[in-house]
Amino acid sequence: MAEITKLVHKYLRHDKKFPHVWCPGCGNGIVLGAMIRAIDRLAYRKDDIVMVSGIGCSGRLPVYVDFNTLHTTHGRALTFATGVKLAKPELKVIVVMGDGDATAIGGNHFIHAARRNINLTAIIINNNIYGMTGGQYSPTTPYGMKASTAPYRNIEHAFNIAELAVTAGAVFVGRGTVYHARLLDKLIEKAFVKRGFGVVEVITHCHTQYGRRNRMGDAVAMMKWQKEHAVRVEKSADMSEEELRDKFTIGVLVDRELPIYTEQYALVREQATENLPRSH
Amino acid sequence: MKPSLVSSKQQVIRSQNPESRSDTAQGARHKEYIGQRVSFGPEPYAFAKGELMARKGKKKPRLLQGNEAIVEGALAAGCSFFAGYPITPASEISEILAYRLPQVEGTFIQMEDEIASLGAVIGASLAGAKSMTATSGPGFSLMQENLGFACVAEVPCVIVNVMRGGPSTGLPTNPSQGDVMQARWGTHGDHPIIVLAPSTVRDSFDITVKAFNFSERYRTPVIVLSDEVVAHTRETVVLPDPDEIEVLDRIRPSMPPEWYIPYEDTSSGVPAMGIFGDGYRYHVTGLIHDIRGFPTARTDEIEPFMRRLFRKINQSFHDIQIVNHFMTEDAELIVIAYGSVARSARRAVLDARDKGVKAGLLHLVTLYPFPRRDVMATIRDARVVLVPEMNMGQISREVKRVNEGMSQVATLNRIDGCMITPQEIYDWLIKEA
Repeated sequence: MAEITKLVHKYLRHDKKFPHVWCPGCGNGIVLGAMIRAIDRLAYRKDDIVMVSGIGCSGRLPVYVDFNTLHTTHGRALTFATGVKLAKPELKVIVVMGDGDATAIGGNHFIHAARRNINLTAIIINNNIYGMTGGQYSPTTPYGMKASTAPYRNIEHAFNIAELAVTAGAVFVGRGTVYHARLLDKLIEKAFVKRGFGVVEVITHCHTQYGRRNRMGDAVAMMKWQKEHAVRVEKSADMSEEELRDKFTIGVLVDRELPIYTEQYALVREQATENLPRSH
Repeated sequence: MKPSLVSSKQQVIRSQNPESRSDTAQGARHKEYIGQRVSFGPEPYAFAKGELMARKGKKKPRLLQGNEAIVEGALAAGCSFFAGYPITPASEISEILAYRLPQVEGTFIQMEDEIASLGAVIGASLAGAKSMTATSGPGFSLMQENLGFACVAEVPCVIVNVMRGGPSTGLPTNPSQGDVMQARWGTHGDHPIIVLAPSTVRDSFDITVKAFNFSERYRTPVIVLSDEVVAHTRETVVLPDPDEIEVLDRIRPSMPPEWYIPYEDTSSGVPAMGIFGDGYRYHVTGLIHDIRGFPTARTDEIEPFMRRLFRKINQSFHDIQIVNHFMTEDAELIVIAYGSVARSARRAVLDARDKGVKAGLLHLVTLYPFPRRDVMATIRDARVVLVPEMNMGQISREVKRVNEGMSQVATLNRIDGCMITPQEIYDWLIKEA
């Protein structure tokens, strides 16, 4: 067994009824692997991790791993995670969402969690489609592409999830792909370590639903597409708008410091109790 | 000015004096208010840091509104987390808890909507905090999604719905009892639910404590269905000392973590609840799950799970179904009422008795599970039963369902945004006598 597989087994739930729900060639396993490697490197205790998800293919991710896991309602993962974090700030709360999950039905929760700077890590797996329900177009389906509910073409414009997170106030925002596996490992580790609301957008492929309808080939071909269209943030600064037209940036988009909600609330508690009479 | 509980008390007493409402006094008081940030009446307990301490032997009557009593009840029951979104006529609950919870090392957060509020409440409860949210009809509609999650994942929490006129934005400042069926059936799918309705300020306190206890004992969401009249009526009440109040906590697992089966059936039907971070790692999901918490599609796992959800409530009717009998023993005319209407009915029954009319009141505190046995036993010998409600007839349908032709069931409905007065019920009693 390869070293990398052994490590994953250390964190899988062996009493879970496998096999998993993902299609052969899916990128979700790569994201899960990156998260596990980061958790292992950072030596977090299993008991201290709460992994929260919403609904969709990404929503099934926590069930396979041996942490405190919470599979919530569609789009609401961040709200549940907020409650967990506020009730027990010492826990490491990791939220996994899909593109539809985080930016359509959960869009409001996403921008407000970022604005509050609640101390969580949000991993958003962006496959440009609603995969589990049969390939309907999502807020990140590019303009002009096809989906089961856009049989002619998609006439809506896509969200840029990472830039949305930057604007909403997230203190750490990174974007990676499942092709750039080493970068993804690093980004996820950085987001875990970052105090405050950290976001990693992971560009992945849904060859079953999105790729097939748009003649993008199999999983390997779609990962090659990621390789060809990704540009490092550092490199993009020197590129013209024309050169960047059909490209997307990967790397760290933002890394900044802002007051953290849980720490601020601890100060509020002190303020609230300052003038109360002591027990007698 | 230094904030202190004593001066806040004086302030409240003073604000009852209409003479103090001159412009200058108003300005001065406003300043005082800003400085103190205390406007919610004298606290019944002196706080040690993070701990509620009884001020023994100082049980003084207090002037409270229903919403304030709900806050007191929640704190007395051990509530340490609240998430909410502003809405009339429930906002006072948020406002007071925003002030009080950080004093007891609890947490208050105002979320972006009511969906998020209940989501945060469920998350906090899974992390071990006794949690509550409060809203009114429009917000309650938004909460139905996560309410179903709390039922299926068996997460204790309390949801207060201070009913106002509906549907839609409806009548934000007027009373109603239009959400009874929504409380019972609002979330999709078959599920049991506990719904309690306070009728007075003191009731609001007691029922909130009960709601927390039921939610913890049965690992289920509990809905407190208050109404605008109860919420905003101010009256003098004496609250019990903390040591007189029964407070229940969820059963936690005590076996080694590797032996823990999170959704294992027990004689009570209520499995022990592991808390995130305590070493009992397990999976929580809104999907129908097996005894280990993992999603299942097996018929031999789905049905036992669903049956257990119902059984844990159904086999405890004796504990959950609360009714108050008032002069029902020899009554020919029975009024069945709940919420603020029960209070009007009580007065009407008293006045009718003065006129020699054999009237009685069955006051439903628990609306769901519907107290079928008590209602049947009470109306069996009655000539006519009246169900007055501030809706088109929601509980009266339940009464008719269990009546099975034993008595005549009449209704008295107000849907004009006004409360039902004692006079209206009295008039009916006199007419029927």
